[in-house]
Amino acid sequence: MAKHYGRGIAAVNYPTGMNLGGDPTQALIFCQPTGGFSVKLASTDLGQGLKTVIAQIAAEALGVPFDSVIVDTGDTDSAPHCMGTFASRATHRVGNAVIMAANEARKALMDVAADEMEAAPEDLVLENGEIYVKGAPERKTNVFNVALAAHFKYGKTISGRGIYLKQKSSLDPETGACDPDSTEAHATTVAEVEVDDETGEVKVLRLASAYEVGRQINPEMVKGQIVSGAVMGMSHALMETVFPYYPALDHHTYSFGEYIIPTALDIPEIESVVLEYPSSNGPYGVKGVGEMTANSPIPAIVNAIYDAVGVWVTDLPVTPEKVLRALEEKALEAN
Amino acid sequence: MESITVTFKLNGKTTAVAIEPLESLRTVLREHLHLHATKAGCGQGGCGSCTVLVNAEPVLSCLMLAALADGQEITTLEGIGTAQHMHPLQAAFFDRFAAQCGYCSPGMIMAAKALLDKNPHPTRAEIAEALAGNLCRCTGYVAILDAIEDVVTQMQEA
Ligand code: FES
Ligand code: FES
Repeated sequence: MAKHYGRGIAAVNYPTGMNLGGDPTQALIFCQPTGGFSVKLASTDLGQGLKTVIAQIAAEALGVPFDSVIVDTGDTDSAPHCMGTFASRATHRVGNAVIMAANEARKALMDVAADEMEAAPEDLVLENGEIYVKGAPERKTNVFNVALAAHFKYGKTISGRGIYLKQKSSLDPETGACDPDSTEAHATTVAEVEVDDETGEVKVLRLASAYEVGRQINPEMVKGQIVSGAVMGMSHALMETVFPYYPALDHHTYSFGEYIIPTALDIPEIESVVLEYPSSNGPYGVKGVGEMTANSPIPAIVNAIYDAVGVWVTDLPVTPEKVLRALEEKALEAN
Repeated sequence: MESITVTFKLNGKTTAVAIEPLESLRTVLREHLHLHATKAGCGQGGCGSCTVLVNAEPVLSCLMLAALADGQEITTLEGIGTAQHMHPLQAAFFDRFAAQCGYCSPGMIMAAKALLDKNPHPTRAEIAEALAGNLCRCTGYVAILDAIEDVVTQMQEA
């Protein structure tokens, strides 16, 4: 009876967005008399930080400070249509729609600024909310003044409409070719585990991953997704199940008393490196990095268990009971 | 059932509230007193999102009858900091990106505060132990432990 160390590896290629019957998302941007911009979205922030990255993208595309952008989400009745926050699509789809809307709003802003400053719009520079004439930086104004003039002097709106559509792609009947997603992110995880052959318990010691996620809009949040995905993957691999004996419904888990998820005491050492190969069609080259993070840890852990004790348990979660039964079977076969 | 009145010290202020005798402290805080930082998760003592301090001890407010709070001292997240004047734990959670959906954060911060008030120099393992009754679905805990360790370091340097 002993504890056995094992190491396993697994990789994932993960699509950003889905094919559906076409996959659109819209955005509207408008400027208030304060010079602040509102981005109106039906897309939902689940906690992954969509509102933050969209504010970053809008600020960048508009040429205004991050703090002057408000992202308003959450009411599908009063916001322009979005297919939803799923399939790791939101930063890509919403980001593209927001850039399109920001470009239109920026043009409207610069037209008013040009009237105000008696200059050609193409001679104006907008940087971080400040506007000046190229080559003559002393001739300057700012977004606030232009917004006031637009509202109270010219009666003009400073606003923009944006949409991003991933066209539906049908299967070519001859070749089977299809373009189901917009881009793909990639990751590889190495898991180190310790398996107790007496209790069947598996302890994950370490999860080390490399992620290729396109351009990171917010590296801290990308890291947040990767770390939490590692723990969630471990949880899928070893703990979580509603029906432990499915298709039998026995021992149905009803509460956190039986439906076990990791606590702060269960987390392994987690390490990750991120590589950035910008996508051709994402906003500033992004790819999705949401769901994929819980993927590669699972097969990596299953492979590490095999490496440790020589049994394949491919029915998830890998509970101590399943490990012990597999070890017993292996021992019987050996005799 | 007849309603009863309980009186406790809530975030430093004496507070009297009329409640149904079987209402939980969590219900009274959220629904009678409209203090929504204390979260309603499982209602069964399984998640820790409703953690408050009762006489400086972390307590699952979903499992405590509000009637038993009579005469006690209750602290909720609202009592330790505001958006303008954050408690060091709140500031550290903010700096470390220790929240995603944020639903666990109030309970985590209250559990951490209870620990640090008693033991200002805990090890990482002791911090994890103190948070073991608080579930987080989003973050994987690493950023939360980092944030609390930051506060421990700040207190050592101060
Ligand atoms: S709501 Fe009290 S422990 Fe979950
Ligand atoms: S941040 Fe969502 S549960 Fe912890």
